[in-house]
Amino acid sequence: MAKTLGPVKRKFSPWTDPSAVPFIRFENITKRFGTFTAVDNLTLDIYEREFFSLLGPSGCGKTTLMRMLAGFEEPTEGRILLQGKDIRGVPPYRRPTNMMFQSYALFPHMTVEKNVAFGLEQDKLPKGEIAARVEEMLKLVKLEDFARRKPNQLSGGQRQRVALARSLAKRPQVLLLDEPLGALDKKLREETQFELMDIQTNLGLTFLIVTHDQEEAMTVSDRIAVMDKGVIVQVATPAEIYEAPNSRYVADFIGDINIMEGTVAATQSALGAHGTIRIECDGVSVSVDQECQAAVGDKVAFAVRPEKVRISPDKPVDSAVNAVHGEVWDIGYLGDFSVFIVKLDDGRVMRAAQANVSRLVDRPITFGDMVWLTWPLDAGLVLTR
Amino acid sequence: MAVAQNSDGQGKGGLGRVFVVALPYLWLVLFFVAPFFIIFKISLSDTAIALPPYTPVFEGFGAIQDFVSQLDIENYIFLTDDPLYVKAYLSSLRIAAISTMLLLLIGYPIALAMARASASIRPTLVMMVILPFWTSFLIRVYAWIGILKPDGLLTLLLQAVGLMGPEDQVQIFRTDTAVFIGIVYSYLPFMVLPLYAALEKMDNTLLEAANDLGCPPLKAFWRITFPLSLPGVIAGSMICFIPITGEFVIPDLLGGADTLMIGKTLWTEFFGNRDWPLASAVAVILLILLVIPIMIFQNQQKKVA
Amino acid sequence: MKSSRFDATVLTLGFAFLYIPIVILIIYSFNASRLVTVWGGFSLHWYQTMWSNQGLMDAAWVTARVGLLSATLGTVLGTMAAMALVRYGRFPGRMLFSGMIYAPLVMPEVITGLSMLLLFVALGVDRGFWTVVVAHTTFTMCYVAIVVQSRLLTFDRSLEEAALDLGCPPVKTFFRITLPLIFPAVIAGWMLAFTLSLDDLVIASFTTGPGATTLPIKIYSQVRLGVTPEINAICTILIGLVTIGVIIASLNTKRAELRRVHDEHMALRTPS
Repeated sequence: MAKTLGPVKRKFSPWTDPSAVPFIRFENITKRFGTFTAVDNLTLDIYEREFFSLLGPSGCGKTTLMRMLAGFEEPTEGRILLQGKDIRGVPPYRRPTNMMFQSYALFPHMTVEKNVAFGLEQDKLPKGEIAARVEEMLKLVKLEDFARRKPNQLSGGQRQRVALARSLAKRPQVLLLDEPLGALDKKLREETQFELMDIQTNLGLTFLIVTHDQEEAMTVSDRIAVMDKGVIVQVATPAEIYEAPNSRYVADFIGDINIMEGTVAATQSALGAHGTIRIECDGVSVSVDQECQAAVGDKVAFAVRPEKVRISPDKPVDSAVNAVHGEVWDIGYLGDFSVFIVKLDDGRVMRAAQANVSRLVDRPITFGDMVWLTWPLDAGLVLTR
Repeated sequence: MAVAQNSDGQGKGGLGRVFVVALPYLWLVLFFVAPFFIIFKISLSDTAIALPPYTPVFEGFGAIQDFVSQLDIENYIFLTDDPLYVKAYLSSLRIAAISTMLLLLIGYPIALAMARASASIRPTLVMMVILPFWTSFLIRVYAWIGILKPDGLLTLLLQAVGLMGPEDQVQIFRTDTAVFIGIVYSYLPFMVLPLYAALEKMDNTLLEAANDLGCPPLKAFWRITFPLSLPGVIAGSMICFIPITGEFVIPDLLGGADTLMIGKTLWTEFFGNRDWPLASAVAVILLILLVIPIMIFQNQQKKVA
Repeated sequence: MKSSRFDATVLTLGFAFLYIPIVILIIYSFNASRLVTVWGGFSLHWYQTMWSNQGLMDAAWVTARVGLLSATLGTVLGTMAAMALVRYGRFPGRMLFSGMIYAPLVMPEVITGLSMLLLFVALGVDRGFWTVVVAHTTFTMCYVAIVVQSRLLTFDRSLEEAALDLGCPPVKTFFRITLPLIFPAVIAGWMLAFTLSLDDLVIASFTTGPGATTLPIKIYSQVRLGVTPEINAICTILIGLVTIGVIIASLNTKRAELRRVHDEHMALRTPS
C-alpha cells in the first residue's frame, strides 16, 4: 500500500534540521465547544513549502485545527504563530491563508471568472492585473474555455478545479485544503492528486490538507499528522507512518495489519541471533528485530503487515524466521493481491497477502489447507502504545 | 440586552452583529412584549369616561406603594362573576376545538392526496392551496354571506334542484354552523400546508417496506404514515386552534346574536362599551388560556428549525 | 388505481370548496342587479360606482401606502431577525427572541391589536397612519423572519466563509454573497408581508386613527350595513391583482427551474 515517492517529490526534510524555523506553529492549542474538547493541548510545526496532511477519522479535530488557522475559529487556549507572529484576533479576511472548501463553496450566482476574481477584487487590484491573474489561474487548472460558465454548468471535477484556482489566485502563503478530493470518483481523484503535487511544487507554496483518506495523504504529503480525539498520535513521513507506526492506533488506522497482544519475554541480551525482542502472545512466540524501550514483562502488541507474511504449505527450515501454523479459512481475491485468512491452531486469525505474480500457480493454496505463515525478524513491529 | 457572542471568533464583525440582533430585538420588545405589560396594568385599573377611558393606576415610578394599594382586581371579579364571560370563554374554546377537529378531518385527506400526487403537479397543488390565502380574509368570509343568506345562493340552488320548496329558506346564516363553515374555509390552508409538509418529506419506501413485510395499505397508513405525520398534525392544529379561539371577524359576520366568542366580546367591550380596562382583562385571561397551546406551538417550531 | 381515484375526488372537492365562493363573488361583481341573488345581466356598473366612491378610493390608497411601508420595514427587520436566529448561535435572550418571533404568528389579533393600541396611548402617540404602519411592521416582520429563516437554514455557510477567506469583510460578504442568494426568499417574505398588511382588519381597527381608514376597515363597515355589489367589485380587483402577482412569481420560478435543468444538462455534456 505504500506508494513509492513519485518523480515530483524532491529531497526535502526541514523538520530534521534543528535550526529550521517553522512556518506555522500550533502551540499548546486547545479548542473546546461547550463541554466537548475538539482539540486537546496540541503542538505542531509545519515548514515552508511543505505539503502537510492532517489525517484522521471524522470528529478527530483535524478540520477544527485547519479552521483555526483560517480564522473561522479561535483557539480556546494556546496560540498559532504564522511566520513567528501570533495571529489571534486577526479575522479570516485579513489572514494570508486561503482555503479550498470541501463543498467547494463556489458562489452560484457568479461565473467561473468572477469566482476566481473575487479574492483579487477584495485586494482592490487594478482591473487589468485581475484579468491577467484570472487567465493565468484558469490556464493552470485547464479551464480557460469555461470562464463564462456558472458553477452549476460544470461537472464535479471542473468545480473542484475552479475552487482550487480561486483559492490559489491570491497566492496565499498557506493553502488550506479541506477534503479537497472527497467528492471526486476514484480515478479522477488519483489524477488530481498528482496535479496538486505539481502545482504545489511549481508555485512553491505551503499546503495543509485535511483528509480521512489515508491513501490520499500518503500519496501527496511530505509529512502526515495522524490525529485521534483531538491529539496528534504521530507526525512522520508517509513511509515512516506505514513502516514504523508508533502505536496500535496508527498501525491499525493506516493500511491493513495483524495485531496480537502479548508480553515481552526476553530482550536482546538473552536472545542472541534470534532478534532483539521476544514476545509471548498467548502461546505463540514471536521475535522482532527492533530497537525498543520495552522491558521484560511489559504488556505490548506485536504487529505485522499481511504483505510481509509468507504463506506456504511447507514448514520453514530457517529457524531465524517466525512461523505459525494454521488452516486456510477464507481467501479474498483482489486481483493484484490475494488475501489469505488463516485460522491458527489456537483459534486466532492472521492475514497474509500474496502478490499474484503469475497467472497460473502450480499448487494453489485453497480453503482448508494446512499452511505455515512465516515472516522475517525485521518484518514485525513492537507497539508499546 | 442582546449582545452577540463571538462564538466563532469573527472578532471585528462584533458591532455589526450586535446591530443585527439588537434592532429587531428591541423592536419586538417595545412593540410586542411591552404592550402585554401595559395591557396587564390597564386591566387592573378603573373604568372612566374620558379619553383614554381609564384611570391609570400607576403614574410615575415612585408610586409603587400607591400602585399596590390601588391594585384593582374588580375587572377580573366582574369577569368571573358574570356567567356571560365565562360562557364566552368556554364557547370560544369549544368552537376552536371542534373547528380544529373538522379542519383535521377535511385537511388531512387533502394533504395526503397532495403528497401522493405526482411530483410534477405537486407545486401547482401547493400554489392552489396558498392562492386563496393571498386573497383577503375579509373578502373570503364576506363571500360566504352571499351564499348562506336565507335568500342566498345556497337556498336558490336547493330550490332549483328541488330539495327545498320555493318558500323554504336555508337557516344557516347567523348560526354557529355558519361560523364553523367560515372558520373551516378560512383556516383550511393553514391546516393543509403543515400536514402536507410533514407528509411530503416522508420516504415512500417506508410504505413499500411495510407492504413488503406483510402490512396491508390501510394498516400501513395507521402504523407508518399517520405517526410520522404527527409533527404536522400538531403544528397545523396549533396554528389553527390558537387564533380561532380569539377570532373576531368570522363570528361577527357569520354568527348570530347567540354565538358567543371571546374575540367578539372583547371587540364589543372596547369599541362598543369603551370599557378599556375590562377589554384588557378579557385579553389577559384569553392570553392565559392560550399560554399552553402557544408553548406547544413554539416547541414544535423549534424542533422543525 | 383505487387510491388515486380517491385522491382525485378529495382534491376536486377540496379545491371546489376553496374556490367556489371566490368565483361566485367575482361573477356577481359583474351583475347589473343590485340584489346579490338575482342575475340582472352583465355590467361594469359597480366598477364605475366604486371608482367614483371617494371614501373607498382614499381607503385603498392608505392601505397601499401602509402595505408598502410596513412590508418593506418588516422585510428589513425580519431578515435581520432571521440572520440573528440562524447565524449568531447563542446570545443572551435568544430564547425570548425566538419566542417573540413565533408568538405573533398565532396570537389572536384582538390581543395584538388591543395591546398595541394601549402602548400607543401610554406613549402619548397620536394614532393614525404611522401607528398602523408600526403595528403591521411588528407582526409582518415575524412572518418574514420565518420565511427567510427557512431559506438560511439550507444555506451553505461555507459560501460566506469562502468570501471571508478571500478577504471580503463580513458586511460586504452579506451584501455580495448572502443577500443575492437568499433574495427569492426575501421577496417572498415581502409579498407575504404586503398581503398580510393589505388583509388586516382587526389590528388596523385598533391602531388606526382619524384620516387613516384602511380598505378592510372600510369594507367591514360597509359589509355590516349589507352586501353591495360595489364591494364585490373591489374584492374582484384585489383578487385579480394578487392572482397576477402570484402567476408572475410562479412563471419566474418555472423559468428558473427550466434554466437549472438546462444548466445541469450542460454540465453533464462537458467532459470533466
